[in-house]
Amino acid sequence: MSVLLEIDDLAVEFSTRRGVVQAVRGASFRLEKGETLGVVGESGSGKSVTSYALMRILDRGGRVTGGGLRYGGVDLRAASDREMAALRGREIGMIFQNPRAALNPIRKVGRQIGDVLIRHARATRADAQARAVAALAAVEIRNPEARYHAYPFELSGGMCQRVVIALALACDPRLLIADEPTTGLDVTTQKAVMDLIAGLTRARGMSTILITHDLGLAAAYCDRVAVMKDGAVVETAPAAQVFAQPSHPYTARLMKATARPGASLRDLLPTAAPAPARPAPGAPLLVVEGLEKTFADGVRAVKGVDLVVRAGESVGLVGESGCGKSTTSAMIMRLLDPSAGRIIFDGQDIGAIPAARFPRDPRRGAIQMVFQDATDSLNPRFTARRAILDPLLGLTSLDRAARAARVAALAAQVGLPPTLLDRFPHQLSGGQKARVGIARALATAPRLLILDEPTAALDVSIQAVVLNLLADLRAQLGMAYLFVSHDLHVVRLPCDRVLVMRDGEIVEQGDAETVMTRPSHPYTRSLIDAAPHPPSPANTPANTPADTPVETPPCAI
Amino acid sequence: MTDAAAASSGFWRHAAHVLRDNPVTGLAFALFVLIVFAAAFGPALAPHDPLASNAALALQPPGAAHWFGTDALGRDVFSRVLVATRLDLTISVAAVALSFLVGASVGAAAGYWGGWVDAVSGRMIDTIMAFPLFVLAMGIVAALGNTVENIIYATAIINLPFYARVARAEVAIRREAGFAQAARLAGATDLRVLALHIFPNALPPMMVQLSLNMGWAILNAAGLSFIGLGVRPPTPEWGIMVAEGANYIVSGEWWLAIFPGLALMLAVFTFNLLGDGLRDLVDPRRRT
Repeated sequence: MSVLLEIDDLAVEFSTRRGVVQAVRGASFRLEKGETLGVVGESGSGKSVTSYALMRILDRGGRVTGGGLRYGGVDLRAASDREMAALRGREIGMIFQNPRAALNPIRKVGRQIGDVLIRHARATRADAQARAVAALAAVEIRNPEARYHAYPFELSGGMCQRVVIALALACDPRLLIADEPTTGLDVTTQKAVMDLIAGLTRARGMSTILITHDLGLAAAYCDRVAVMKDGAVVETAPAAQVFAQPSHPYTARLMKATARPGASLRDLLPTAAPAPARPAPGAPLLVVEGLEKTFADGVRAVKGVDLVVRAGESVGLVGESGCGKSTTSAMIMRLLDPSAGRIIFDGQDIGAIPAARFPRDPRRGAIQMVFQDATDSLNPRFTARRAILDPLLGLTSLDRAARAARVAALAAQVGLPPTLLDRFPHQLSGGQKARVGIARALATAPRLLILDEPTAALDVSIQAVVLNLLADLRAQLGMAYLFVSHDLHVVRLPCDRVLVMRDGEIVEQGDAETVMTRPSHPYTRSLIDAAPHPPSPANTPANTPADTPVETPPCAI
Repeated sequence: MTDAAAASSGFWRHAAHVLRDNPVTGLAFALFVLIVFAAAFGPALAPHDPLASNAALALQPPGAAHWFGTDALGRDVFSRVLVATRLDLTISVAAVALSFLVGASVGAAAGYWGGWVDAVSGRMIDTIMAFPLFVLAMGIVAALGNTVENIIYATAIINLPFYARVARAEVAIRREAGFAQAARLAGATDLRVLALHIFPNALPPMMVQLSLNMGWAILNAAGLSFIGLGVRPPTPEWGIMVAEGANYIVSGEWWLAIFPGLALMLAVFTFNLLGDGLRDLVDPRRRT
């Protein structure tokens, strides 16, 4: 095979207010024709910047300061803007992370594909429509003639990503760069989209660079994997080898931190620790009966949910986007009024108290929540200290000294260094923001904590630490958790029982291990099957093809 | 509180950075300080009494004794321009403060609660916007009487819709934000969530509006005086001075209208430049 792309010792710098930041320092890898390369790393590792440098679409302030970029014999660093414009789209196609943001919201999707075709002289005005419809059909969009006239907002997230793929592949490029193509999509949609990309690139003999933070995804769909850390490639090897015998300690740590079947919470941490005590479940703390929510526009988001959370118990609520799990948790949280049903907390029906009055209810402090997006859930104008202080000011009558002591104690409990307390959210890392959010939720010593995808926005290594922290806190404080998530592999770790939700109803429930290993509902089975996971390093001798997904059909691209 | 002290030292460092980062902002702030200085100490610094007439010295061109010349009654134009700063600045600051307070409160309530609050306030604002704004201000002053307070009220009313609209949009997009929900969980009532959590985050874009409006309010007050519906002579005020001086331009006494006009232009220019700098100052995300 011949080399299509060669990146040699690439260095990229950004000029920022705090001086020059080296985003990429010495990244090197090569891509053969027809090969799929996974570029894996945590946020800030420079994996996206590398691809932007390659496409010469770096943000203002960013520049390539060293190294070589050669694509099919052309030096991309020396190419003129005109040559680059011709190369983008025709030779190199790119798929972005957020498909909705990548599409023009006020132009029909078919037209947008037609624009690209006309731009690269693949179509004329006369036959652009027919070719765009063919491109839509190629990405397996049903009824492409009708979809041609759709606007992006009329399509689901998965559908939009298919359109973006159609755009990227419209001119038959030889190289496809997919930058986190399925982040934000449901697992079943993710599988469909990834299978589509794999099938199309194989059929057309294209090379692919798959940029992802998800080791499981890279394992399932890539021939080779390059692991990036702090702007440098630390390891490049065939996918199966990287996962079976990671040669760099960072890769091994990343592998270890990834939630996977058979691993317990403590297995995710770099150092061994005794398993956290799981408090024995006590009397029912929260009983939800026939909970329903119909919105003003007639959408029935929740259609009769019954669930029980016992004191000290951890219950997982799993489902894909739109299944009603967030609506359910918002109603239990008393942020939203139910249309029907009862929410009995500690023997009293709190569902009857209007959500607008609940902030002043004495039970407000007993039910708290950790939000999905730590960045969005912290007031940008409040320091970490002020954020943790907020519930103490609103819900307790502690004096100033007692409040200050409580904030310090909470920060210590969640492992937040005191020096960080005076920082604003934008000055904190993702993991630190998550800790602030947890400390705030714990401030009033709640008895029920709702965790709404608390780790969805975090890197795997931080996710491992935060999940363990939550388990420790539960053992210490004896709280009950309702853990809302879309990821069965993650939910399994801290939860005693799991409920699977679909279309506003609970389709399956049982203890976590049983649901994961012997699901009774076909929907649960499809969720488990769709979630990619890397082979476990601990129990993977040199070759165990049975649980090495690289060997399964969709991956041999 | 210790964190307040830390935050304020951070603020000054941030202010210093914003000024260094953009020289235009530095220039705008320097001009702003100059205007405020003139407003504060103008009457004390003026070389002549702005009201003292002297027929013997009428219509003198600019010179060493009278830097900006003298007017038809022999009054010193430089002193009058300097002293007028206080009145013009007072009118515009008071008018903008008033319309910011009322407009932003109404808009924030409309954005937060929506429903009938939004419908009623929205239609009222549309009604104000339906008039040619300067004509509306003229009408208000003509109806209520020719006083400084009424100029302030009229200027405030015609500026109100802009604040209401910006506040409504900025609050509405943050109504269901995570930090607003978290504040509700922390026992905050709707009013507290709005006033303490959402509204401060809507401030940066409103700062730009505020500063642009200051320039506009000065022009508006001067405009009302120019057509005889504002401050009355002989009080020194830029609008009246331009109006009075306009009659003399044809006969060659250009300095009567030019200098107060330049002062007016400089003030408006300053406030227009200031907007971006103010936004950078109040936006915590611009701090490191």
